[in-house]
Parts: sequence; C-alpha cells; structure tokens
Amino acid sequence: MSNTNNTTTNNLHSSNKIINDFSIQVATPNGSGSQTSNLVLLRSLFKMGIPVSGKNLFPSNIQGMPTWYTIRCSQDGYIARRDSIQIMVIMNPETAEQDILNIEPGGVCLFPEKAKYEFDRDDIIYYSMPVKRLAKESGVATSLRPYVSNMVYVGTLAFMLNIDLSEIQNALHWHFKGRQKLVDTNMAVIHSAFSWAKDNLTKSDPFEVEPANLTDGQIMLDGNLAGALGAIYGGVTVMAWYPITPSTSLADSLTKYAALLRHDENGNATYSIIQAEDELAAAGMVIGAGWAGARSMTATSGPGISLMSEFAGFGYFAEIPAVIWDVQRVGPSTGLPTRVSQGDLTACYWSSHGDTEHICLLPGNINECFEFGWKAFDIAEQYQTPVFVLSDLDLGMNNWMSKPFVYPNKPMNRGKVLTAEQVEANGFNRYLDLDGDGISYRTLPGTSHPQASYFTRGSGHNKSAKYSEDPQDYVENMQRLKLKIDGARKHLPEPILINRDNSKIGIIGFGSTDPAIIEACDRLCDNDILCNYLRIRALPLNLSVADFIKSYEKTYVIEMNIDGQLHKLLQLQFPELATRMHSSAYCDGLPLSARWIVNEIITKENSPNE
Amino acid sequence: MNNTKTNAIGLQKQDYKGSPTTLCAGCGHNSISSQIITASFELGIQPEQLVKISGIGCSSKSPAYFMNRSFAFNSVHGRMPSVVSGAILANRNLIAVGISGDGDSGSIGIGQFKHSMRRNVPMVYIVENNGVYGLTKGQFSVTADKGQNLKYYGHNDLPPLDLCMEAIIADCGFVARSFAGDAKQVRPLLKAALSYNGTALLDIISPCVTFNDSKESTKSYDWVKENKDPLHDITYIPLQDEITTDYDPGETTMVTLHDGSQILLKKLDESYDPTNKMDAITALYTANNEASLLTGLIYYNPNKNSLIESENLVKEPLSHLPEEELRPSADSLRQIVSDL
Repeated sequence: MSNTNNTTTNNLHSSNKIINDFSIQVATPNGSGSQTSNLVLLRSLFKMGIPVSGKNLFPSNIQGMPTWYTIRCSQDGYIARRDSIQIMVIMNPETAEQDILNIEPGGVCLFPEKAKYEFDRDDIIYYSMPVKRLAKESGVATSLRPYVSNMVYVGTLAFMLNIDLSEIQNALHWHFKGRQKLVDTNMAVIHSAFSWAKDNLTKSDPFEVEPANLTDGQIMLDGNLAGALGAIYGGVTVMAWYPITPSTSLADSLTKYAALLRHDENGNATYSIIQAEDELAAAGMVIGAGWAGARSMTATSGPGISLMSEFAGFGYFAEIPAVIWDVQRVGPSTGLPTRVSQGDLTACYWSSHGDTEHICLLPGNINECFEFGWKAFDIAEQYQTPVFVLSDLDLGMNNWMSKPFVYPNKPMNRGKVLTAEQVEANGFNRYLDLDGDGISYRTLPGTSHPQASYFTRGSGHNKSAKYSEDPQDYVENMQRLKLKIDGARKHLPEPILINRDNSKIGIIGFGSTDPAIIEACDRLCDNDILCNYLRIRALPLNLSVADFIKSYEKTYVIEMNIDGQLHKLLQLQFPELATRMHSSAYCDGLPLSARWIVNEIITKENSPNE
Repeated sequence: MNNTKTNAIGLQKQDYKGSPTTLCAGCGHNSISSQIITASFELGIQPEQLVKISGIGCSSKSPAYFMNRSFAFNSVHGRMPSVVSGAILANRNLIAVGISGDGDSGSIGIGQFKHSMRRNVPMVYIVENNGVYGLTKGQFSVTADKGQNLKYYGHNDLPPLDLCMEAIIADCGFVARSFAGDAKQVRPLLKAALSYNGTALLDIISPCVTFNDSKESTKSYDWVKENKDPLHDITYIPLQDEITTDYDPGETTMVTLHDGSQILLKKLDESYDPTNKMDAITALYTANNEASLLTGLIYYNPNKNSLIESENLVKEPLSHLPEEELRPSADSLRQIVSDL
C-alpha cells in the first residue's frame, strides 16, 4: 500500500468499538523530549479513571537512538506489559519499517505526513499528522520544535481516542509543576492538532476511551520514588550511592524528598546523602554508618552489587545493619543496562565469599517498594545484618498505578542495642547469644562506659569479640549466624497466595512479574487450566512454601532470568519436592507478558514429557 | 609515680593501653601505637569517643595494640576511609583515627585515600609507611624505592608514589610526614592532627625490620636517621595552656587549630611557608630528588569546611535521633500521596 492519508481498510461499525482496552506505542529517537508527551497521555487516561500502565523501552544513550513508550489501557485492570500493539505512533524514521510490522492486524499507524516509509500492509489503518507544519505554526523557537512536535500526536490521539482535553491540560499542569507558559505553549499545539484532526481525520478505527471510575483513590508513580519515600519514612540517616541505571532515580528521589521532609527547625539535615566515588566506597560508607548506629542504605544495580559484595559479606559476618537496594537490570556491566531482568537473585542471596546467606526482600508492586523501603531498616537492625531489597528496572523506573501508601503501622525496631547503663548493669559480650535466637546485643561507638567498646572484625572472633582463630569459636559463631538468619524466615514478609478453587497446578513467582502472572492465571482459567499462584516476598524462604508445592503435582516457577534462579533455590530448600517444580524462566530484556506465560504453561501442560 | 598520673578527664595512661602487640619486635608500627596512646592520654580524649578504624595489613592490625576502651573496626583492604566516612556521618561526635599502610592506602586504597581528602572527612589518617607488604611476606609496595632489590621479589623498576604529594593535590588541608623513631615529632603532630577539623594525613615512615630494613632502603631506620630533614621543631600547645615557650616571631610560625589549640613551628628552613601549596609540593619534589626525607607539617590549610559542615547536619549525632525526628508525620505522607 502506498503512502495515502486516512485510508480505511476496515469498515467497522460503531458496535465494534474497542473501549479502554488496547496498547499505544510511541516510537521516537531518544532525547527528543517525547517523555513529556507520553507521561501526559498516561496521566490523562489515568485521571479519566481508566486503568493504565506505561513502559519505557529506552537505550543506554543520550540522544538519537530508538526509544519506545507503550501505554496500555485495560478496562479489566491488567497492568502488565501487553506484547501486542494496537496503535503505533511513528516519530522515528529509523525504526518505522519494523514498527509498522509490529502493529496488530486491525490496528492503527500514526505518522508524520510526507514520511517516506514503506506502507505495504493493508490490514492496518493509517493516519498522517501534519507534525512539522503544526510545530512551525506554534511559533516556538526552532530549537524547541522537536519537543512541541511530540504534542502533535497527543492532540491527534486526543481526537482519535476521545481523550478528555481538560485532563490533558491538568496533566501538563502537573508535569510542569504549574509553570503556565510551558503549559500554554504545549497545550496550544495539542489544541491545533486536535482541531486539525477533527477537520481532516476520518476516524475508521475501533479504538476509543471512555471515562470510568476504575482508578479512584489510586496514585501513579515509579517504584524508585516509592522506595525512596519508604526509606525516608523508615528514618534513613545515611545514604551513599554511585550513579547506575536503573537505580539512580531512587537516589534522586530520595534527595528531592528528604530535602522537603527531613530538616530540623534550624534547617539542618537529619540525614546525609553522599554520592560516593564508586560502589566500593558506597558500600563501605553504608557499613561504617550502620556500625555507628545510622539507618544506612545504598541503591545500585548488578555491577554495583558485584563491587559491594565484599562489604556485604563483611557486614554479614561482623553483624552490621545496612540496606542495599538492587534495582535489577540485564547483566553484565556492558550488557543491556536499560533492560529488565530478575537475574541477581542468587548473586544477592549469596553475595560475597564464605558462608553467607543474606536476607532479601522481593517487592512485587509499588506499595511494597514503599513498605519494604521502611521495613528493611527494621529488619536490618533487628537481625544486625545487611538486607537486600531486589526491585528491577520495570518496577523501579516505569510508572504504575497503586493504592496509596499505608503509613508505617508500627514503631521503628532499632534492635538489640545496649546503653551505657545496661552495660553497667549486665556487662557486655558482643557475640554472646543471651536470648537463644542467635541475635546478640551490640553497643554503638561512643557509648560511654569502659566496657562498652568491642573490636569489630570479620569472623575471627570469640563471643567477647576478642581475636580468635580457635576452630570451636569459628564453628559456634557460624552456627549462631545460621540460627539467626534461619529464625528470620518466619518474620519476613510472608508469601501471598491468590487462590482459585479446584486448581490443578501451582505457580510461584516473585517481584515485578506479579501483574503478568495474575493476568495469565485469568487467561489460563479461560482455557480450563486452573492455577493457584503464590508470590514469594523474601529470602530465606518461608517454609510454608513447601505446603503449597505439595498441593499440586506440578508447580511452575516463573521468573525473568535464564537459569531459573528461584526455581533452583526452591529445589535446594525443598529437595524432596524438587521433581514437582518446573522452571519457566525467560528473559529477553522486556517485562514479562501474560501471553508468554500462558503459552509457556499451555505448551508444557500439553507436552507429555513435562 | 608517672604511671598513676591522671589527665584532664581523670583517666590514667593505662586506660589508653591496648593488647600486647603481635607485630615483629622492633616494628615501627609499635612506636606509632605508643605515641597514639600518649597523645590521646595527654589530650584527655574520652577513649569510648574515639574510633580506630583500619584496612588490612600489618599496620591495620595495630588498632588492637592501643586504646582497648575505644571502638575498633578492622575492615576491608584499602577501604578504611569509606568506613570512617560512614561512621563519622552517623555520629559526628566521634573522633576518628584511621590506620592504614602504604599498600592499603597507596595501592588498593588510593581512590578512597584521595576522595576522603577531597570530601574532608574529619579524621586523623595515619599511613604507617614501610615500602613493603609485610603480611603477605615482602612484596614491593607502591612507595618502594625505584631500583630497590628485595630478597624474594627481586628488582623494583617502578617509581614510588609520594603519599604527601598525592594528599596535597587532593586538597587535603593537613599533610605531615614523620618517622616512627622520632617520638618528639610524631606526638605533637598527632595532637595537632587530632585537633584539626578535617582529614589530617600523617605519613609516618615506619620501618619493617623483617622485610625492608637494609640501610639502602629509604624506609629503614639507618637511612632515615641519616637523611631526615625536619622542616621545623614542633610544639603543641593545648587550648587551656599558656604559651610559655620563648619564640622569635621571625623564626617561628604559630598555627591555631580548629579547637583553639596551637602549634608552634620553629623553622629550621626560614623560607618555608606550610600554608603555601606550591611551596609544599616543591619542597617534597626537591627532597625526593635529593634523596632526603622531609619531615614535619608540610602543608596546612585552616580554611576548609569538613564533610559534617558541608552536609549541613543537625548538631545531634544522626545515630542518636529519636523516631519523632526521623519519621515524618502521617499528614506529610498524605500530602505527598495526594499529588501523585
């Protein structure tokens, strides 16, 4: 098909409308300012009450490389990535050819007029937009035209889909924090695109939005902001970090909100945020601060985890609280740094040399990023150990709808810390297990008592923290550490079960695959495959997971990596149940889709060898 | 008896003692430990308020051998400065003494060495510099002499790093070099460093009697005694003391430290100005070329903000803050959430 404007190939009647249930993908070169347009679209739809999710697929680059932003509307409230695209907005000639091929039959292709793409599909609908002309007519400086150009597709989509212009205006206002001139400039372009479309675009596609009340009371934000707020409400006092995608925005959000929330009446800070020279130093600062009584944390991603692992292990043996966020991405250092993966599970769980076994929290949604953000400090101080929080790029950097956060529902747990008076009354042995739970009492540097101090070193110490290479001392200490970490199992966030009566198979997952698994379970149910779904939220594993696995002949362990890391951890933990568990691990750098899970399970269920 | 003397806070010198050393007899590090004990005792430092933090190596073992009542942290190779940074941020009232060596600071830790100075982390940064890796049995370190020969590791072709020069370039505001065998110089320098508001580097040549004490080595007792070139005689004058020493302003420099104490530098080289960075670098360069060991307070900058000031921290240590000050109100959360 040649480059023709506004040609319809489908004669759709109004009864065939597809309301609030489609994906829009916008293809742009990165650095062209499309993020504003995309976030404004996302927010407008969200504020119209339509469940939405936004996924940014971006390269590790500043300007010029291809970027895609996908907005999914779902009347049913599904917010996982949908791997079919109904509406494609092509603003990047470089990827146009492939982008056109990616549109679902019956879908729509929007493109700038006079574009010289190969339009050889006749099963989709084409609308051209006068992007250059409207950008020029907007009167903005030439250098700003690429930015306002992106508002042309916002206005065109607003007409085509019936998006409320006042919500677009509100979203611009929110985005530009009330800077009226910016709002007006962009809104003018949106209006002129809308008017142009109204007069010139013959709508022949079935896609429309309708206001709903399905997002009432919900908020929209990314997981890194949620994690940062969680940390602030958890009383973080020392944060040391080193820039790395996709964790950087966690530190940025922390910096922004701590400045608003954490100063005394004289304007002095009750926290410190240090951009360290590298992750080695960031980890050292966090461990030093935790040792001296701070609620300390860092945020990093896989390569940073590698550099921090020596200190993480040291913290485990020396029993120093710290919180380490790993916003996971595809490995290794020069791998796919802007793509998502759940590939650091075992790296964090066993981080460092020696017999370490770290507590890991596995948030699966925005609310849990907030909740685990503050709880991680309580857990770290209670167990006197580094705690990992494993988020990922999808959860951390993309925008998600969420129920509002629940304010911490219990006071801070600062763990077993002795005052000078308590040292005076009862004496002090740093590594003595007085309570039988493997957790000893500690003192903080500066505690003013002649017996308060102790010597901190890795593992070569006895119960009084005196230097010891005695085999018995080493073994006893290690056994106590195991007792301590083992005891944490039942106190960490417990697995969440989504139950469906008469289910024949089990599904286990963790983290950001949650919405895809929930959607997949519904689809599988439509196919008469009934699944119960258990989401793991912490390591070491809660032993009740065994009861779940025992209930089914087959349990599929779904995760975004290649090796099936959670599957292997489950098999190690429950060897007697190993043959009941099947690994469904997949990672291509994109957030997992329900479709992949459905196909995977149907295929395996139908395969006699499985 | 001298041993029963008490200091300003009523403690005796034995309250500053450590465990018996396990370093080699004659190791320079032991002399440094004993000067830390004496300086801390004489300054009346509350031992529990002091943290002694080290990396890895013979030098980094030494915190066990002084001030048992202080909190100690024998950490990770080359990363003492980051541990000190975290500890000091957590509790700004702590007095930090970082103990390191030439391998720990000059090789694996050169990054943290320089960056902690750039941030001006308040700490006394002691490098017990012997030009050799002792614990791993005698490899050349980054401060070993070019052209030097060692028993097992042969010939060293590489030029040494001068840690004082590196510190000055990293904008460290207190850079001193001394010799473990010169208690008269080490002690006032230590006291001045403990009174400095920021990173105070003491690069102390501390001979390794086992692996690097041949008289050709610039890190040996014999060589240093022969080639030591002090810039000045140093007297430390605590805040509460009157200045009783006679001094001629033409021949001396008075340096007032952050806590109001002073050091009196009686110049041996009359033209030397320790507040001039270029003079300091030139003096180090010249001394290195002339194969002499320049000692004393080489560079001093009294006008620097420490990390605590640049972080604008509350007066109360962060580690002491109660929940009310750490957890913002439920209302504030509702307000934030309403805008998302």
